[in-house]
Amino acid sequence: MFTSVDDVSARLAETGYLASPAVATTVFLAARLGKPLLVEGPAGVGKTELAKAVAQVAAARLVRLQCYEGVDESRALYEWNHAKQLLRISAGRDESWDETRTDIFSEEFLLPRPLLTAIRGDEPTVLLIDETDKADVEMEGLLLEVLSDFQVTVPELGTVTATRRPFVVLTSNAGRELSEALRRRCLFLHIGFPEEELERRIVRLKVPGLGQALTESVVRVVGALRAMDLRKAPSVAETVDWARTLLALGADTLDETVVRDTLGVILKHQDDIQKAAAKLDLEAL
Amino acid sequence: MTAVAERITGLVGALRGHGVRIGTGETVDAARAVEALGLADRELLREGLAATLLHGPGQRALFDSVFDLYFPRGVGGPREAPLDRETLRDRLAEALAADDRALMARLAAEAVDGMGGYGSSPGSDGWSAYQTLDRLRPQTLLARVRADVRGRDGSGAGFADRLLDDEIRGRIEEFRRMVAAEARRRVAERRGRDEIARRGVRPTADRVDFLFANRDQLTELRRAVAPLARKLATRLAARRRRAARGTVDLRRTLRSSLSTGGVPMRPVLRRRRPVRPELVLLCDVSGSVSGFSDFTMLLVQALHDQFSKVRVFAFVNRLDEVTGLLDHGRADPDGLGARIRAEATLTGWHGSSDYGVALGEFAERYGGAVGPRTTVFVLGDARTNMSDPNLHAVREVARQARRVYWLNPEPRDRWGTGDSAAPAYAGLVAMHECRTARQLGALIARLLPV
Repeated sequence: MFTSVDDVSARLAETGYLASPAVATTVFLAARLGKPLLVEGPAGVGKTELAKAVAQVAAARLVRLQCYEGVDESRALYEWNHAKQLLRISAGRDESWDETRTDIFSEEFLLPRPLLTAIRGDEPTVLLIDETDKADVEMEGLLLEVLSDFQVTVPELGTVTATRRPFVVLTSNAGRELSEALRRRCLFLHIGFPEEELERRIVRLKVPGLGQALTESVVRVVGALRAMDLRKAPSVAETVDWARTLLALGADTLDETVVRDTLGVILKHQDDIQKAAAKLDLEAL
Repeated sequence: MTAVAERITGLVGALRGHGVRIGTGETVDAARAVEALGLADRELLREGLAATLLHGPGQRALFDSVFDLYFPRGVGGPREAPLDRETLRDRLAEALAADDRALMARLAAEAVDGMGGYGSSPGSDGWSAYQTLDRLRPQTLLARVRADVRGRDGSGAGFADRLLDDEIRGRIEEFRRMVAAEARRRVAERRGRDEIARRGVRPTADRVDFLFANRDQLTELRRAVAPLARKLATRLAARRRRAARGTVDLRRTLRSSLSTGGVPMRPVLRRRRPVRPELVLLCDVSGSVSGFSDFTMLLVQALHDQFSKVRVFAFVNRLDEVTGLLDHGRADPDGLGARIRAEATLTGWHGSSDYGVALGEFAERYGGAVGPRTTVFVLGDARTNMSDPNLHAVREVARQARRVYWLNPEPRDRWGTGDSAAPAYAGLVAMHECRTARQLGALIARLLPV
């Protein structure tokens, strides 16, 4: 899939995803070792984007399983199309039961869900299991079989093994501690907030209209805010939002008024805004 | 390739020694990663090994220190003749102003080489980061670097300028870390990697002894509260689910079996009363134990939705309720300890802790807080400063409460030494040793009622 780590960074950059060395290395290894990639990190640093970018680079189909509380086998793996099966039964009235039975448990009546879809496909596939921490613990057990052997067992049809291993990305916001067993099967990647230099490049890429000096100030202020131990530290998404806001407002330098008026774009809690205002010597809001 | 394999297993061994759980499968993966990445780029190697060996973000700092020992940047000292102190300071100021990390690392190596060496006989000599930093005093460069940066940028009037001081302090802190890593590397060359990896590397925050944690480590610990609370909540929920399934109620099973001719077709499970337990925390917040108490209070606060009621009391030699302070403390956990000591009445007459008086006051004034559903946790080292331990009050609380646990941050073999009344209290209530966040997490998961 990739020839080297630099190849990964370069090709991801072409799709508009600027990867840090850690991200590029881990993606390269995940492709080379054929292991799933578990990505953790705060919201808005581009975990889901990474999977999309990899899919685009590899010209692969992106299959996405969005996890939520209560997601189960029939939503993640496969389901029998009961309505269609009933129709089939009532259509063939004078058949023997054996004929009907072998027929209604065939491919035609199977509804593949994301996990099965990703495994059965012949074309290159990126399987994104998003927000794994939202799913219940039972769901993890299901993932274990799929992720370690890349196979799924459907009792009526037998075991389906992947002919071509999908590139698997699991994301988690660490809302719940994932089990050690699941972590063991994956390469672990923590995407934190980017280095200043990288963030400047991201802002320049996403908001090209913003001036050089202003971009630099924006990134510096956001960096200082992150060091403040706030309830919700601003993420890359917020930096970009802020840059867009400043561009829309037509500001050409950061000054006290501008920062005070737009602080709500980057900080989402009143406590945080007050704390930041105090630390940045802004006058009372 | 065998030498590299040896390095990897050594690295894995050192990490395991610090409590990171790594299986053989991961070690093999790490070796495959090295094969795929090659040894040319050290930073790629670092990321590759971290991706294959680690399972969580909390272990990264530890990993980086150990990695620096097993895959060092270089061997021996720098080749150039050592610079004198003033030249070194000049060049460091330049590097800090330009935020040139590579130059800073080179200067750190030179500084350790020139100023960090001590001792002369083999066996007692070594390299000291402390001595290097003490002679070099990088923190005094702040004003100079600031003037330098402002002069370079010209104006110095922009908004971001007010962040400059903090940024420079961050860079100096980074330089100090580089010096520490460099000194460790040089010592490791002298004394052997495995030894230094075992003893010279700072453990992960959850394995730091509460009583000896410094300020940085306590801050780091406070940051670990939320993840730990999440982990515990998951575990408590699992325990609750298991408990809800319940045990067979024999009497009612037999009774219902009458309708099927005495054959128990359907077992009847014991019904669980859907009550959430109440929690009372008594915390010694005096001097040395305060780090432990603050951490535990924050942890319990983070877990508060698991209980119907949580009340927290703090004491030194007087006792006061601080539940309200804790509620407001979520926005600013760092200031919690100071606020408690400022706003609650915790001392009278003198400032040293007195368990007897404080526990007596609790039994007398807040006896109503403890009922048959309440679990009481006492946090403290049970050092009574030679005064009466007031066992009667403890007995009284234990009689009223559902359970009483005492968490003691001192190692077990020091209980009962000096003025410690730990054995006396341990005779009345269950006392557990609780020296690190890891121990606390395990204890809470086990002891908390569900």
